[in-house]
Amino acid sequence: MNLATFKSRASVLWPPVVIGIGILALWESAVVLFKIQEFLLPKPSSIWVELLENWEVLRHASWETGKISLGGLAIGIVTGVAFAFFATLFRFFNEGLTPLAVAINATPIVALAPIFNAWFGVTGSVSNQLVVATVVFFPVFINTAKGLTEVHVNEIELMRSYAAGDWTILREVRIPNALPFFANALRVVAPLSVIAAIVAEYFGGPQDRVGYVITWNAGLARYDVAWAAIAVASAFGLSLFVGALLIERVSTPWKSAVQLEETTKK
Amino acid sequence: MSEKNAVSINDVDKIFNETRDDEVTALSNIDLTIKEGEFVSLIGPSGCGKSTLLRLIGDLLEPTQGSVEVFGKSAHQARIDQDYGMVFQHAGLFDWRRVSANIELPLELHGWSKSDRATRSQEMLDLVKLPDFGGYYPRQLSGGMQQRVSIARALSFKPKLLLMDEPFGALDEMTREHMQIELLRIWEETGTTVVFVTHSIPEAAFLSNRVVVLSPRPGQVHSVIDVDLGQRTESTRQDPKFFAAATEIREALRAVEEQE
Repeated sequence: MNLATFKSRASVLWPPVVIGIGILALWESAVVLFKIQEFLLPKPSSIWVELLENWEVLRHASWETGKISLGGLAIGIVTGVAFAFFATLFRFFNEGLTPLAVAINATPIVALAPIFNAWFGVTGSVSNQLVVATVVFFPVFINTAKGLTEVHVNEIELMRSYAAGDWTILREVRIPNALPFFANALRVVAPLSVIAAIVAEYFGGPQDRVGYVITWNAGLARYDVAWAAIAVASAFGLSLFVGALLIERVSTPWKSAVQLEETTKK
Repeated sequence: MSEKNAVSINDVDKIFNETRDDEVTALSNIDLTIKEGEFVSLIGPSGCGKSTLLRLIGDLLEPTQGSVEVFGKSAHQARIDQDYGMVFQHAGLFDWRRVSANIELPLELHGWSKSDRATRSQEMLDLVKLPDFGGYYPRQLSGGMQQRVSIARALSFKPKLLLMDEPFGALDEMTREHMQIELLRIWEETGTTVVFVTHSIPEAAFLSNRVVVLSPRPGQVHSVIDVDLGQRTESTRQDPKFFAAATEIREALRAVEEQE
């Protein structure tokens, strides 16, 4: 990274950091100034104290919930991509399944969590992982299938003029064309997997998970602990999002090259 | 210009959606031969089948009737042998490949070695006057530059025939005129046969040895106009001979319209 790119990245980073700190300061002072009861809205500083106090429990809970999110994420991504290839190879499949997938994607899949618990058992991880996988599946499938099929007709004609067959076209055109679409889906589903895992955990299951820690402490009016658990879960979701961004950067270098040029031009 | 045929189209019909309700006769009774080294333009109102005709030569479509021969063999064999390069209005460069890798794509598919590919792509970049742009991504280039790369890619494996489908249609007027001069220079340097689809009268007049005027519904050859402007430069655009050629093409196109 040279100095110019470092500067342009720093200039993207500092405004949200400053505003974020500002919001925390405002929150803190608002609670003090307006004498808001701490059980309604705890101060960020109290949440921080609780976070340190309950660190062992929270660390363990986010590790367990992390396994649910990542496991579900992996299952959802693999099946989503596999179905996308299927849909590309068999047109009938694509025409039948894609509209259906778009419709199902618009429904609240986490609402299925209690039913999944009944099907796959409430004590293990499978039920919750499958909820996450189902949530992840649809955006991955829809986007990847779109990237594999939405190729300019001239690009296909060009490949055929080189006497290239369907497999070569898949390898040289369709798959690279689908990469940005897939990366886009990844950016959406990475934080979504944490949300789905926690919401699924609200419906019961082992007691050492973030969803349970939140509902349990909220039930006892220990809202500052609940907030601390939410903060840990947010940090985890954010780190998955950053991971997805990094994968996007590495897998689609041509995108970042063009974007970087555009930001430095401004 | 040699006396050998580059392309010979014999009594070709092309019907889309045959035997269905939406059956369309795109081309009917086409007879056309193009000599090696010739620059031939196909012009006509939209729906006259000029792009379809180009795709029949390139074996991207098959004729319903008749035969298309390219360099004395079937169009299909010519495609398999990579006897032609193709350029579209949409430059069709692959975003994920750097400019040089785009030019090398057909060579890669043909199993060229890495060093041979690199040498050739640099030669091609020199030919289209973009010697220093090999390391860029296509999106970092202007529309005119992208179209140059697309021409470089089409010529990279030295095809004897270049098929161009309104290649300059999306460019602004000044860039377009530059590209026409460039194309003529490349045509002279490489001795390639060019079949060029356009809907621009001055473009057809400026570039071609022969202009084939097509009439629509069904697409038929209305007339073939010979043009001889000799060595063309920017000042040729003010030449009375150029205006005369453009007028002749325009009159043919008017006659086509009245026929309808």
